[in-house]
Amino acid sequence: MAEGLGWWGVPLAIVAGTMRGGTPFLFVSLGECLTEKSGKINLGLEGTLLTGAMTAYGTSYLTGSPWLGILAAGLAGLVLGSIHGWLSQQYRVNDVAVGIAMIIFGSGIAFFFGKPFIQPSAPQLPTLNLAGSAVSPAVEAALQISPLFLLGIALAPLMTWFFKSTRWGLYVRAVGDSPDAARAMGVSIFKVRMLSIMAGSFLAGIGGAALSLYYPGVWTERISSGQGLMAVALVIFARWNPIMCLWASLLFGGAQALGPALQSVGIKQGYYLFNAAPYVLTLLIMILTCSPKRTLAGVPGALGIDN
Amino acid sequence: MTTVSSLTPALHLDHPPDLQVNGMTKRFGSLVALENLSMRLKPGSFHALLGENGAGKSTLVKCVMGFYQPTAGEVLIDGHSAQISNPRDAHRYGIGMVYQHFTSVPAMTVAENLVLSRFGGGGVINWKAELEELQAFMSSSPFQVPLETPIAQLAAGQKQKLEILKQIYLHSRILILDEPTSVLTPAEADEVLGLLRQQVSAGELSVLMISHKFREVTAFADEITVLRKGKFAGSGQVSQLTVADMAEMMMGEQKTPTPVQKNSQPNAVPVLEVRQLSAQKDNGTAAVSGLDLTVYSGEIVGIAGISGNGQRELVEVLAGQRVASAGEVWVNGEQYNATRAEMYRHQVFSLPEEPLRNACVGHMSVAENMALRTFDRPPQAKGILLILQAIRQTAVGLISQFSVKTPSPETPVQNLSGGNVQRAVLARELSAEQIKLLIAANPCFGLDFAAVDFIHTQILNARNRGVAVLLVSEDLDELLKLSDRLIVISGGQFTYQSPTATAEYTAIGHAMAGH
Repeated sequence: MAEGLGWWGVPLAIVAGTMRGGTPFLFVSLGECLTEKSGKINLGLEGTLLTGAMTAYGTSYLTGSPWLGILAAGLAGLVLGSIHGWLSQQYRVNDVAVGIAMIIFGSGIAFFFGKPFIQPSAPQLPTLNLAGSAVSPAVEAALQISPLFLLGIALAPLMTWFFKSTRWGLYVRAVGDSPDAARAMGVSIFKVRMLSIMAGSFLAGIGGAALSLYYPGVWTERISSGQGLMAVALVIFARWNPIMCLWASLLFGGAQALGPALQSVGIKQGYYLFNAAPYVLTLLIMILTCSPKRTLAGVPGALGIDN
Repeated sequence: MTTVSSLTPALHLDHPPDLQVNGMTKRFGSLVALENLSMRLKPGSFHALLGENGAGKSTLVKCVMGFYQPTAGEVLIDGHSAQISNPRDAHRYGIGMVYQHFTSVPAMTVAENLVLSRFGGGGVINWKAELEELQAFMSSSPFQVPLETPIAQLAAGQKQKLEILKQIYLHSRILILDEPTSVLTPAEADEVLGLLRQQVSAGELSVLMISHKFREVTAFADEITVLRKGKFAGSGQVSQLTVADMAEMMMGEQKTPTPVQKNSQPNAVPVLEVRQLSAQKDNGTAAVSGLDLTVYSGEIVGIAGISGNGQRELVEVLAGQRVASAGEVWVNGEQYNATRAEMYRHQVFSLPEEPLRNACVGHMSVAENMALRTFDRPPQAKGILLILQAIRQTAVGLISQFSVKTPSPETPVQNLSGGNVQRAVLARELSAEQIKLLIAANPCFGLDFAAVDFIHTQILNARNRGVAVLLVSEDLDELLKLSDRLIVISGGQFTYQSPTATAEYTAIGHAMAGH
């Protein structure tokens, strides 16, 4: 995309990559944010992401409507979420262990049903042209943005509002921070967590649709490359704050675009190193935010505690 | 539950209803927690529920609140049978409960917690209108708590006030209080209970309070009902009963605590020296800062304070469970970092609070837990091998010496009752021949009279043998009874120090409140 622009192509490609690559991160991290606010961790979103990508691609191919694909991806996420929500709340069941099982289950389902869709090409989501037609084609191509990205941007403040100003939002926070208090107020912990996990998985499924129907816009088995797991780190980095999730997703998306952008201007050395930028970033965040002496500010009080 | 009136929220109740409990029985499997208990809470009265730990007080009120379904018996409201199957139902009858542990969500503000506590209501919260309404409510209520402050930043006293405010906000007419003053200073307790007393005297409220503090019962309650081992053990008007009468109803017989006998220690040497010690809480804020403390051999230094003022972190640093952020600890004139080797060399022992969590491995046997200090050296070990026979024999000896009630030395320690877990830990920590330093934190919390008396005697005996004892406790009476010197901790700093013999009760109370 950056041919003819020389070195200017690098920042342009990163901006474009931020919007493209950031979209799945955004949906998965908002989904995980909602889930973790209720006090459960869902590592299985990696599997949900893959299942979502496959379902969206397959549905779009079979029906010809990418929008139906997105809906189907969300619903597929919902089903996986209900399994995780039910299993992880059973007595003496650990949510991290269930999450790992769900990663394997979700990817297995996606690979099994996704085999026939690797070759054919499915209708992609339409994109909005951000720049006018006056700019060069390279710039125009870079600034094609997806309605999904805009939806994700709108979702972040909406979720903040949900947590602050709706009764359900308060329930989710109460259950995640102090289940005993919630129980004393007659709130069903099981229901709140179940619904939060299902809604979070719905969003993660849509994140998968953004992968297969927008960018990179194909269905392969390696399409998620660990983005679902990175989103978990991203939520910690974002301090369980939806707006911060937005910024963190953009940062991760940009980091992901670094390698391809440098490659396009002819930098071949260290290509794999630059491609590893998101993973390095994940590790760095983990190292920087961990401390043996204190717990994180903003962490839901009951997160990951079996009860 | 079919009539409209019983579904109407308490909002419309102008006066507290008449609450009666009839023949209430609650069994958990084969355990009878409550047996055929009846009592009546008259409208506009302040009723105290007395009993030892495990007497069934909490079970009773949880049955009334709908947390538990009674095995038999019923609740009557104004003479009519009431079906209460959850706290929401109880709320409909105007019954609200203030729990021993705070039930506000720490990460949320006071305003958010109050709005959340309201059952039902619309989905979207109009914060502008809510805040105006809450401000109006707050200005007309007996206590004030800042609306925009997150709960985590409130002091214990304010949290307790908020819990009571919540029930008034919900228009509860019968308040059930479960040991409401356990985290308050005496002055705060008097303020809170005094204001409730005013509401009761005005006929606005009935109060049913679980308590074991006779001082509060005689000062504020009208009537008492006493439970013993799950059964009714007596009741009466407070004005017609003496403290001795009430104590007799609770214990079943007159028991006198073993008298405190202290010998003088001529050659006291400093054993524990804490120099400019600072430590952080889990969230990274300062828990204690710049503490200086010396404990001499043959004395008990008591540290008093409301929980959450840094005692827990101080004890954890001394026990090696937490890393100090600054300062030094010296034991017997050498720097001490609480490694296993140092603990053995200096003969440091500890009785931490919540012994099952802090001093035991729950699923390991009583014998194994009793050997945790000694299993790695002869006679319990030979090279890398354990001599199980020796471990078992030691345990059998300790079990009889400290009268630990356990089916066998092989029973997992988590199956023992709280008192017996504490005895098992005590046996391990006090059986060494040459103890130099003992660090104890709330060693009697939640234990019955006999266990408390036993532990107090053991600690005193250790002191009289020349052991330096640091006793951290939330029970001021315990400290006044046992300690030679008393220190008050508030906000992570020592705010008061005095020999116990000349300590002033009011000054201690002020220092605990941080004044």
